[in-house]
Amino acid sequence: MAQRFRPEDVVVLLGTPTADSSRLYAMTVTEGDPSWAGALAGVALGLPVYHITEGAVKAQIAAEDYAEHVELMEMAMDAPAIAEAVREVRETQTAREGDRS
Amino acid sequence: MIDLKGKKVIALGERDGVQGAAIAQCASRAGAEIVLEKTYCFV
Repeated sequence: MAQRFRPEDVVVLLGTPTADSSRLYAMTVTEGDPSWAGALAGVALGLPVYHITEGAVKAQIAAEDYAEHVELMEMAMDAPAIAEAVREVRETQTAREGDRS
Repeated sequence: MIDLKGKKVIALGERDGVQGAAIAQCASRAGAEIVLEKTYCFV
């Protein structure tokens, strides 16, 4: 699926509940499955990945949609830790792309 | 900053977090095209 499109046209949005699960998902869609257990082991898709609660994403969602679909779950999550985990994976990915070019 | 408008979105939700359908609904109304939507469950 991801390989059908150009990575710059695609965004992966996560709804994972913890920083650890967010990091795992984010790594899986960028550098490949870190647990080496799934089909994406060793497959670096290099996709941009964000969590739905991150400010950059939240700012683009209509307030009523966010309130209806996300806000309640956000209250039960450690959103800053999740944002930090996903940001770290993105930055690692960006640095890796920089090294390649 | 990421711009969702016109992007092809892969929505990966989790049962104990935000579900894929909810992410897809929000992203779609923000102008994105949903190409995959999944809700995973790890129990």
